[in-house]
Amino acid sequence: MTSAPTRLPVPTTSPAGEAPRHPAPAAAPPRRRVPGMRRRASLAGLVFLVPALVLFGYFAWWPIARSVVLAFQQTNLVDPAEWVGWANFEQLFADPLLPTAALNTLWFAALSLLIGLPIPLFVAVAMSELRRGGALARVLAYLPVVIPPVVSVLLWKVFFAPGENGVVNSALGLVGLGPFPWLQSPELAMPSLVIVATWSGAGTAILIYLAALAGVSTELYEAAELDGASIWQRVWHVTLPQMRGVILVLLLLQIIGALQVFTEPYVMTDGGPANATVTVLLMIYRYAFLFGNYGVATALSVLLAVVLVIVSAVYLRLTRSWSSS
Amino acid sequence: MTAPVLRPAALRAAALRAAPGRRPPSPGRRILSPHDWGRRGTRYGWRGIHTALFAGLVLLGALPLIWMARAAVSTTTDLVQRPLALWPDPPMWSNLADAWNLLGIGQYLWNTVWLVAGSWVVQLIVAATAGFALAVIRPWYGRYVYAALLVTLFVPGTVTLIALYLTVLDLPGIGISIADTPWAVWLPAGAHAFNILLAKQFFDAIPRELFEAAQVDGAGWFTIFRRIVLPMSKPILAVISLLAIMTAWKDFLWPLIVLTDPALQPLSVALPRLAQNTDPAYLIAGLVIASVPPIIVFLAFQRQIVSGIGFTGLK
Repeated sequence: MTSAPTRLPVPTTSPAGEAPRHPAPAAAPPRRRVPGMRRRASLAGLVFLVPALVLFGYFAWWPIARSVVLAFQQTNLVDPAEWVGWANFEQLFADPLLPTAALNTLWFAALSLLIGLPIPLFVAVAMSELRRGGALARVLAYLPVVIPPVVSVLLWKVFFAPGENGVVNSALGLVGLGPFPWLQSPELAMPSLVIVATWSGAGTAILIYLAALAGVSTELYEAAELDGASIWQRVWHVTLPQMRGVILVLLLLQIIGALQVFTEPYVMTDGGPANATVTVLLMIYRYAFLFGNYGVATALSVLLAVVLVIVSAVYLRLTRSWSSS
Repeated sequence: MTAPVLRPAALRAAALRAAPGRRPPSPGRRILSPHDWGRRGTRYGWRGIHTALFAGLVLLGALPLIWMARAAVSTTTDLVQRPLALWPDPPMWSNLADAWNLLGIGQYLWNTVWLVAGSWVVQLIVAATAGFALAVIRPWYGRYVYAALLVTLFVPGTVTLIALYLTVLDLPGIGISIADTPWAVWLPAGAHAFNILLAKQFFDAIPRELFEAAQVDGAGWFTIFRRIVLPMSKPILAVISLLAIMTAWKDFLWPLIVLTDPALQPLSVALPRLAQNTDPAYLIAGLVIASVPPIIVFLAFQRQIVSGIGFTGLK
């Protein structure tokens, strides 16, 4: 459910993206048809679609429509919802926490990209050149992803214990650094959350990059080598351009996912210290389930959706103009 | 779609071999050629990179989990005095049993299994039936339904969270609440268009002659579904199952919202609550218990999972 945005189909070099399109019935090659079959097909199709239609109707389409309406309503779950116009948005913009949460979320997203984009790419390129132990490397890279997010967050909360006896601080102490206050410090709390999020997410990116790397034609490398390209020139001029599609899509998914971060700040810091890790989604959660103000919470959800749409549109437009130049 | 999707690299290699007039590429070469590997400087340089790679992977991929296993059977004093040790001294094997009994881990683990199993069944039913209707029966309105299903992929779940919660509290037209029942987790899990996309693409690739032959023999749609499509679809049903189970096991925010009754909560919701006033050693024992099932599933199915990720973006 909450992971839906991260599971958009990722175009890779696998043939999945080129799977046969559903041909329009009119365009289908003429077949001998039993009379009345078309009507029977439409009835049988409906019967088989019932589970999907019912569940999507209740738990996907209706909530989408309801969100838009609810953003302009006030409801306490007992009386019928009351239309309040833009009041929810006004209350939201009067909340001094909103700019903080927006900036925190952007800061989280920026940091996540800063370490979450280059590291998996570099690791994947190094892993694809392994001549032995590739399977072991993939298992090790993916293990942190397998752990439930709540477990990794609680585990890292223990690792980040302040003082000299914390695990991370003891490890850094071996090389003469620290101790750092990590989650207790307004400056370090957000980077700590980014470390945890990257730790539990990088494995997926690594494996997707590996699949894309396997799809780069060997002949391109051979041609580049014949032309005298060094190894790094081959990486720069062959590998990266060939993988650009995957990198760009994954980057967009990472941005969208990072803007919706919740589990890490909720479980590790609960927004603290001094609101340094309050994110937009944490605000939505608090408005709805702490204050029972569903209208304002939904208004913020709708704002978030608008931002996500704008980000995606701008991003796709930018990357398209890059590709054409 | 069966073999090609699950093994794109193998397919590509086969296609390259079959292409006439092409020099077969050197086996196994990637960016580095055998010639590069033959040069001493390059060889040592890349061995160095690969050693660092494995050191990093062990440090970040394996050691935190080994530490977690060790901490689960350590005393709190031991954890404070030797934070970096990977072996407990003295080992407290009773921690696991104590955590199980004191924290009620058994109940939460069972709740998790129950929620995951239901979500899995619902997702399989929805994906298989809808995929069948759209790819095999192909009614005239199929593409509109498919488009309406796919549109939901572009609306992040967190955006409709509140409206979904209010829906679960009061199902429109029926007027009952399924909050604080497993159905609140099971049913919304089925509304996942990506599973339908996977199933439909797979069913699309089954030769239609099979269905037409069966129809000539008098088979109805249900017989075709049960006797032809389902038996041929084990690979894609396995992928959907893995996706469904791993996602459901990890789910946190939604069960946190709809399951307020501790007697129904899964481990992922219960652990953060328990963390607030529990001996660290017991808590970590709980973390280990919550991690072991997904790790076992992963190690058992790692080949399918690893090869599946390239085309699903599994997370």
